[in-house]
Amino acid sequence: MHPAYSVILFTTASGAGYGLLALLGLGAALDVEFPQTYWFPLVALGLALGLITVGLLSSTFHLGHPERAWRAFSQWRSSWLSREGVAAVATYIPAGLFGLMWLGDWDGTMTWQSLGVLSAIGAAVTVWCTGMIYGSLTTIRQWNHPLVTPVYMVLAVSTGASLFCPLMAAFGAVQPWHIVMAAGAMGGAILMKCVYWWSIDREPRVLTIEAATGLGRRGVVRQLEAPHTQENFVQREMGYSIGRKHAKKLRAVCLVGGFGLATSLQALALLAQGPLQTGLLAASIAPAAVGVIVERWLFFAQAQHVVTLFYGKHFA
Amino acid sequence: MGKAVKIETSPKTWDDIKHTTCYMCACRCGIKVYLKDGTVTYIEGNRDHPVNGGVLCGKGSAGIMQHYSPARLRSPLLRVGPRGSGEFRELEWEEALRLATTWLAQTRNEDPKKLAFFTGRDQSQSLTGFWAIQYGTPNYAAHGGFCSVNMAAAGLYTIGGSFWEFGEPDWENTKYFMLFGVAEEHSSNPLKKQLGKLKERGAKIVSINPVRSGYSAIADEWLGIRPGTDGLFVAALIHELLKSGNVDLDYLQRYANASWLVIDDPEGDEHGLFARDGEDNPLSFDKISQSLKSALLPDIAPALVGEFTLEDGRKAVPAFQLLSQRFLDEGYAPDAVSEHIGISAETVKRIAAELAHTAFKEEISLDIAWTDWAGRTHEKTTGRPVSMHAMRGISAHSNGFHTCRMIHILQVLLGTIDCPGGFRYKPPYPKQTPPWLKPSGKRSGNRLAEPLGGPHLGFPTGPEDLLVNPSGSAQRIDKAFSWEAPLAAHGLMHMVINNAAKADPYPIDVLFLYMANMAWNSSMNVSATLKNLTGTHPDTGEYVIPKVIYSDAYYSETVPYADLILPDTTYLERWDCISMLDRPISEPDSASDAIRHPVVQPDREVRPFQDVLIELGARLGLPEFSNDDGTPTYPGGYPDYLVNHERKPGVGPLTGYRGEDGQSYGVGAPNPEQLDRYIENGCFYQHHLRDEQRFYKHANRDYNDWAVEMGHRMLGDQIIFQLYLEPLQKFRLAAQGKGPDVVPHEHRQRVETYFDPLPIWHMPLEEELAGGEDYPLHAVTQRPMAMYHSWGSQNAWLRQIHGRNWVYVNAGRGEELGIADGDWIWITSAHGKVKAQAKLMDGVNRDTIWTWNAIGKRPGAWNLDPEAPEATKGFLLNHVISELLPERGGYRFSNSDPITGQAAWYDLRVRIEKAAPEEQGKTYPSFEPQKRAAGLRRPPEDVAFKGDKPGGGV
Amino acid sequence: MTSLPTAEERSGKKLGLVIDLDTCVGCHACAVSCKEWNTQGYSAPLTDVDAYGSDPLGAWLNRIHTYEVATVDDMPNRTVHFPRSCLHCEEPACVTVCPTGASYKRAEDGIVLVNPDTCIGCKLCSWACPYGAREYDPSHGVMKKCTLCVDRIYNEHLEPEARQPACVLACPAGARHYGDLGDPDSAVSKLVAQRDGYDLLPQSGYKPVNKYLPPRPRRTGVEDGAAAEPKVLEPIAKGDGSLSDRFFAWADQVLTR
Repeated sequence: MHPAYSVILFTTASGAGYGLLALLGLGAALDVEFPQTYWFPLVALGLALGLITVGLLSSTFHLGHPERAWRAFSQWRSSWLSREGVAAVATYIPAGLFGLMWLGDWDGTMTWQSLGVLSAIGAAVTVWCTGMIYGSLTTIRQWNHPLVTPVYMVLAVSTGASLFCPLMAAFGAVQPWHIVMAAGAMGGAILMKCVYWWSIDREPRVLTIEAATGLGRRGVVRQLEAPHTQENFVQREMGYSIGRKHAKKLRAVCLVGGFGLATSLQALALLAQGPLQTGLLAASIAPAAVGVIVERWLFFAQAQHVVTLFYGKHFA
Repeated sequence: MGKAVKIETSPKTWDDIKHTTCYMCACRCGIKVYLKDGTVTYIEGNRDHPVNGGVLCGKGSAGIMQHYSPARLRSPLLRVGPRGSGEFRELEWEEALRLATTWLAQTRNEDPKKLAFFTGRDQSQSLTGFWAIQYGTPNYAAHGGFCSVNMAAAGLYTIGGSFWEFGEPDWENTKYFMLFGVAEEHSSNPLKKQLGKLKERGAKIVSINPVRSGYSAIADEWLGIRPGTDGLFVAALIHELLKSGNVDLDYLQRYANASWLVIDDPEGDEHGLFARDGEDNPLSFDKISQSLKSALLPDIAPALVGEFTLEDGRKAVPAFQLLSQRFLDEGYAPDAVSEHIGISAETVKRIAAELAHTAFKEEISLDIAWTDWAGRTHEKTTGRPVSMHAMRGISAHSNGFHTCRMIHILQVLLGTIDCPGGFRYKPPYPKQTPPWLKPSGKRSGNRLAEPLGGPHLGFPTGPEDLLVNPSGSAQRIDKAFSWEAPLAAHGLMHMVINNAAKADPYPIDVLFLYMANMAWNSSMNVSATLKNLTGTHPDTGEYVIPKVIYSDAYYSETVPYADLILPDTTYLERWDCISMLDRPISEPDSASDAIRHPVVQPDREVRPFQDVLIELGARLGLPEFSNDDGTPTYPGGYPDYLVNHERKPGVGPLTGYRGEDGQSYGVGAPNPEQLDRYIENGCFYQHHLRDEQRFYKHANRDYNDWAVEMGHRMLGDQIIFQLYLEPLQKFRLAAQGKGPDVVPHEHRQRVETYFDPLPIWHMPLEEELAGGEDYPLHAVTQRPMAMYHSWGSQNAWLRQIHGRNWVYVNAGRGEELGIADGDWIWITSAHGKVKAQAKLMDGVNRDTIWTWNAIGKRPGAWNLDPEAPEATKGFLLNHVISELLPERGGYRFSNSDPITGQAAWYDLRVRIEKAAPEEQGKTYPSFEPQKRAAGLRRPPEDVAFKGDKPGGGV
Repeated sequence: MTSLPTAEERSGKKLGLVIDLDTCVGCHACAVSCKEWNTQGYSAPLTDVDAYGSDPLGAWLNRIHTYEVATVDDMPNRTVHFPRSCLHCEEPACVTVCPTGASYKRAEDGIVLVNPDTCIGCKLCSWACPYGAREYDPSHGVMKKCTLCVDRIYNEHLEPEARQPACVLACPAGARHYGDLGDPDSAVSKLVAQRDGYDLLPQSGYKPVNKYLPPRPRRTGVEDGAAAEPKVLEPIAKGDGSLSDRFFAWADQVLTR
């Protein structure tokens, strides 16, 4: 699949935003000691909602008719994309109220906590829907996989936590368990991603050009002529592929230089204190971002659509 | 849950529908053109039309994009820069016509032969030829010389008809259909339609073709033959059939010259000619009376074998005996030929067995009574349901004439000509064999302007019919009907520019071309052609070809090389005529002709070429185009000519709705409303034959009487299949020094070798001279079904399907040569090299590479982006095909069939090798981009056609 | 509404195409005719980007592939032309993934359509379709697809025999058939039954309505009783002497005209 930057930006930014929102909401419900300044909700919730909003806006960039985007809320009964839109917009309501109450010194109240929980649920549902947009597509083996949506979830949490910890640290309120949670989530993401990659690499590739064309009982099929001599929309959109070697390198970048480095920095931060700790936690944001962007890019680039079989690929 | 969305299911996106005839290729299908506010919105097939019956190919449906192409020329142009520069100035028509008239008049007054007038895929040859007759130049022909003249000529000499426009299989009844060397161009919709029906009926289809594309792909059996060896394959089939006694002796002695006695007198002047009686009738030996009798008598039992003594004591043997001896030779046995043709002996033998089985065990009989030439009525019409079709893959070889003859003779031996299930003639065919029409234009000395005595193109039956000087040198600029190409029935358009540039046989003043892309894909050896067009005299600096006038509707590669451009209209903006005087659109059971009429008016300063030609004729004062008082004969232009011109009394370009009341068919006074009647009838007229006229047309009294009545034939005699082609022997005798005709030294051996009155197979000439180890592969082209020649590349839709071409290499052979899919490779012939990207495939003969024809474009031509894939990745094989053969005996012959002069571009031999890494990615040779000519607009970036006129750019 | 019509809502009519891979010669007539009709039909226009440039990219609703199928057992290597367009699936995922309801399946005849006025151009439907049937028109920002010529098949301004999809009318070889595949007695259903018509990618679960007729086995003998026929012709045996003597003796049978 063609890795469109707008979609990569959307899913990674909004993922981190929803992760951060969920942590803030859950934190509220669990009586986490947040810094006692309105700067914290302003910055933290602002960042979460900002990332979400930037992501959602960027997702409209790849639409042919962004001005009709509102129509996407109508088909929640069948469409994960519609559900995602509904959930995303709906989440603004508890999240907004949650923020306003926090800024208005109503934090700590039951209502505030409930709104936190609702925001977290909204965030989780939205990210789940995002994951399911891909996970439900049976046309792409690498996406139609049970780990796809969980990975979306855990990456949202871990990238959100990678923002949550340095924010808390900057306000002097970070607790070691926060960092353990962040590193743990990132570690979980690494683990799940490894399992996922291991799995899609080993899964039998049952769909073949012979099966797709139905000519298999007559022997091995190869495409002699594509319909047109220049590539068409389907080939450009669905026909993107990268070499095995290249993918392997990028996976390493994602795991080691991205998530691995971020977790390591977070682990180091556990041992440090004060500005150093804050610095280490802040430094982990960059590799986490690199990791998730590379992960998302690979998620597209390594996804092979069934239609490529008609265009001459032997397996999908 | 389905919510009903209200949509318009009965939109009317048109306000008018007009019928006309397609011209996106040469098939001449009937089309319906939908119009809205004068814009063409949709084109579909006409269900009532005899050619296509409603279907339409991709080209036909893309006609809109051709019609609105940004490559359309917009006004007459006069060259202002050097030739090839593309620098032009726009002219008013009056100025352009005045200039053309001045040039043409001057040449005509000095020496009319110094005009070379050649038209390409011209469907108005009965007009253009007639104009050239009136002008008085012998130098006229269309593109047949590099198309399929071998197929046409071999058929006309042998059976009085051929494939495509001349005849076709009896699709309704045939059970076994063989397709030789047919890519997807000629007769494309009818063939596709009928192949579909054959499949439905379960008739067997065998395709003999080095490449398995298109029709070959759906054939029951594909025989991937080595190019140029089809003759050997057919000869082996004939060998098997003769050997086993599976030939139709009855049919042969009735309808062929099988029993005609051939003089066996090796030392004599008449050796190999037919023995004739005092009335010039050929003789047979009648086994009933045990005497020599005229072979043309109906009630004899002529011997097909034996040796007989003529009255003068010379020996003679029946032609059939000679034919049998030729093909019973073990050299033509399947086991002897199989390795060479690339088909197993077992397969050849099986195909022969299948032919014999179908012809003789599955005979069909229709309840149709018919009367033969001798007045004998046959209660039933019987047929041998084997049929064949062959085209350019056979004809574009230097051995093509003989191979084509062999295919026709195979049909004759099986008794399948014009019978149910066999090959069937389309009116006005068959015609007399050998044809009676002789080439006109023979001159002694330079006579001044006066019309020729008859048509330029004809069918010589002996050296006396050639257009040569007493020394034996050629009189035509293309050397047609000279010793170089004696039976050049369609001329040699491919030699004109080369000969003119060398002033061989003489220089010319004006080269006048219509609708032929001679500076690109219609010429062999493009670079030399461009050099010839731009060559100058060293002393004067004048161009060797002083004036070039060209008419084309589009900005082709040839436009920049002309001096004066007379821009033509698109096919939807003009009158045209598919005339019975030329090659009409008949079907076996009906005679049909057709017209085009302007369904839209041009929005540019362009004029239909035929109108322009008629006007030039008038301005030049040509007889038949101008009256005695100097006024034009046809002031109304081409439509006026179509209605009012009479070739002989009552016979004009169109056969339908003649007579003052419009009720006559074929012969009748001009009817001023004729064209209106055609338009009302869907732009064609179909005359159905009566049942008793439908079959055995070569020997059918009712059909032949009708043909005479219609003026299609001079006499209603039986048409006799020429197994043994005596005219060839006449040329051979002359080459042996027998008779009065001087055969120039360099031609003697060649004529003696190839002018065999019986079909022979010989190695293609290029293979003989430049084959072998150095050039181990054949290279051929085919034309894709969705693209026709170069016209298609300007077409926004068709160029998406074929925007570039690849060179296809047999997968096994490619692997051996270390060539992988996608590699750029060099293709090298004895003449030059071209670089192309390779694709490996299984469906191609091991010794053959091939590509789609005419996809490669010169950068900037056809108003395309100079970086268009057509120019950067597309290529032409023409660059490595020479118009001349390698030197032999101090002379370079034309790269053509020695008999007809058919361009032998399928003879090409090459070697291939992988290009170096730094050479990948782009084709070679590359040419300077063609500048956008004056008046042409920059094409729009996007086309979003929705029934409005596409954006014209700036 | 992108939820599919329920069983009760569906009329039982399943309009679609049957494509004969045994007869298709790969001429692209159907594809161009489709382009020509539909560029001004329901889906107007089908834009061609960079139409005369170096990288033309047009929206087409029907495309023809060519495959080579390698030798297997006694079946020779062969070339198959393969037209591909929307299959008007009974359970099309391209419809259910659509977030706006622009994509829908008609209850009355099963045709799958995109409403060009409500499509937001998110392209998700093209991702959901395993058959590559949907093509995005970048200059108009909406998805285009085969409409089964819904604006022809019911068009009262056309003669009854012209009320068929443009591709079917154009196909010179007769390799395309149109009809109601929901009616077991329809000509197309019978053809499918008789020729073992098949679904593309049945494992997708989308239940394509369009069917493909497989290439027939190739025959290397004549039709009836081919096996019994001699594979080689026997030389003339009657008579004495060499083959040519025997042949001439045979050819000398008395025949009157």
